Amino acid sequence: MPVELTEGDRSKLNGDHGEAAALAMRIVVESAGVVGARRLIDVSAAHVDGCLYHGLAGLEFAERLVAGGARVSIPTTLNVSSLDLLHPKRGQGDPAAATNARRQMDKYVEMGCRPTWTCAPYQLPDRPAFGEHVAWAESNAIAFCNSVLGARTDRYGDFIDVCAAIVGRAPLAGLHLDEERRARLVLRLEGVPRRLLASDALYPVLGHILGREAGTAVAAIAGLPAGTGEDRLKALGAAAASSGSVAMFHAVGITPEAPTLQAATGGRKVPVVAVTAERIRAARDELGTATGEALGAVSVGTPHASIRELERLAHLVAERRLVIPLYVNTGRDVLAKAERSEWFASLVAAGVEIVADTCTYLVPIIEAGPGPVMTDSGKWAWYAPANIGVDVVIGGLEECVDSAVAGRVVRDESLWADG
Amino acid sequence: MAEPRTLIAGTARGGALVLEEPLSFWGGVEPSTGRVIDVRHPQRGANVSGRVLVMPSGRGSSSSSSVLAECVRAGTAPAAIVLAEPDPILALGAIVARELYGRTIPIVVATVPGIRTGDDVAVNAAQGLAELTT
Repeated sequence: MPVELTEGDRSKLNGDHGEAAALAMRIVVESAGVVGARRLIDVSAAHVDGCLYHGLAGLEFAERLVAGGARVSIPTTLNVSSLDLLHPKRGQGDPAAATNARRQMDKYVEMGCRPTWTCAPYQLPDRPAFGEHVAWAESNAIAFCNSVLGARTDRYGDFIDVCAAIVGRAPLAGLHLDEERRARLVLRLEGVPRRLLASDALYPVLGHILGREAGTAVAAIAGLPAGTGEDRLKALGAAAASSGSVAMFHAVGITPEAPTLQAATGGRKVPVVAVTAERIRAARDELGTATGEALGAVSVGTPHASIRELERLAHLVAERRLVIPLYVNTGRDVLAKAERSEWFASLVAAGVEIVADTCTYLVPIIEAGPGPVMTDSGKWAWYAPANIGVDVVIGGLEECVDSAVAGRVVRDESLWADG
Repeated sequence: MAEPRTLIAGTARGGALVLEEPLSFWGGVEPSTGRVIDVRHPQRGANVSGRVLVMPSGRGSSSSSSVLAECVRAGTAPAAIVLAEPDPILALGAIVARELYGRTIPIVVATVPGIRTGDDVAVNAAQGLAELTT
């Protein structure tokens, strides 16, 4: 079934708006064919993941767009890169790759994208509203946008993100459509202790289970405490988009399209998977790759720490001495705000290593002693072993700080016991 | 069983590499060699380069399109990819590789319980329907 195009779409395709717009429209239209879209829709904003350097192909694509006169036509934010521009002395990996990475970043800024350099664009003030159609890439941002904001993006990859930003159009398919947003399975928490539900340590682990169970499907989670906040949903979605391809989930009674289980499933009968304390312990242990207690470093803030998470970290480290390095990743906008807060001095006094614009699992930033790295992030735990060659241990933020003070893994095992 | 469907047209031939689990190209495949580096993947250490890669679906990251395009540029890409579920992110990598370098790899959606690692597989992916022969 061919994709129906408007006159405006065809005009861009034919090159009336320049070579870059024609290339961008060709890619959007061909992608529309792949996902079976009948037509395109307007999108009001974009988040671009393609600014992160993975080799010459990504750079050459950006150069080709700029040479063809590309400009984004809608507000467009940029994802992390491999360079911390605010702290340029940090490890940047291979110098030749760093030079190319910088060139690629510059090309996206030249196209009119905002140099936000964050994987958490939903922490910026002008985030999309409920029901708004956008084109977001970056797997954790996609999951948050659909699930928590109730804005609509399909699971976009690198390249189509900037193409949609240039032409302001995207395929009408996938999670842009009501029907595709309904839950196809339910994860029901059963016998999970109240203390664990109240701890941030649960959420990345639960996300890991969600990714394993759901794969590419939309799932609803029943049994989470009312008022579960954005930072916990962020951690959950990011882990689910790493171990699976989850682009949307519902937290019943919490996220905007799931006031009830009935609303989440659209009334359809769907399979139910029980998630017990035992399953959660097994998932926690699967996420970790290390054994033993000695630790080399701690890394938190993946996806980028929010202002609330930075504040909590500041209170946890206040007046304490860290015996191993503790890194926190955040976005430059959040960092600027944090620097104006009175608690920020506690982070500095404790020697917390603040990383902006990038993330500690992308490039070898961490200067660790021997031993694994502890993290509060399911996404970090999933990718770091392959990306930067470290073993990992997972725990909540408080456990991570206690471990950085002790220099070894400090975890409250009673938290994970049967309820 | 549904007929194999073409996501990206093309023809290819190669030895099959059948993955038991989904694989994210980003963080899962080293673009300079084509080696599977995902530490939790049951087939870690296998090499996708030149193979007909058969797997349930893609996984995770938006960056897999960049990594696949980079594999095509570097000559380390699979000969073709056969997925049980469509993956628009991998398809994008193939579309952009063709735009940039004039070459790409076919991607097909099919359920193929009969194919085993090492089988010689020919992929003939025309617009619409595709054919797989062993």
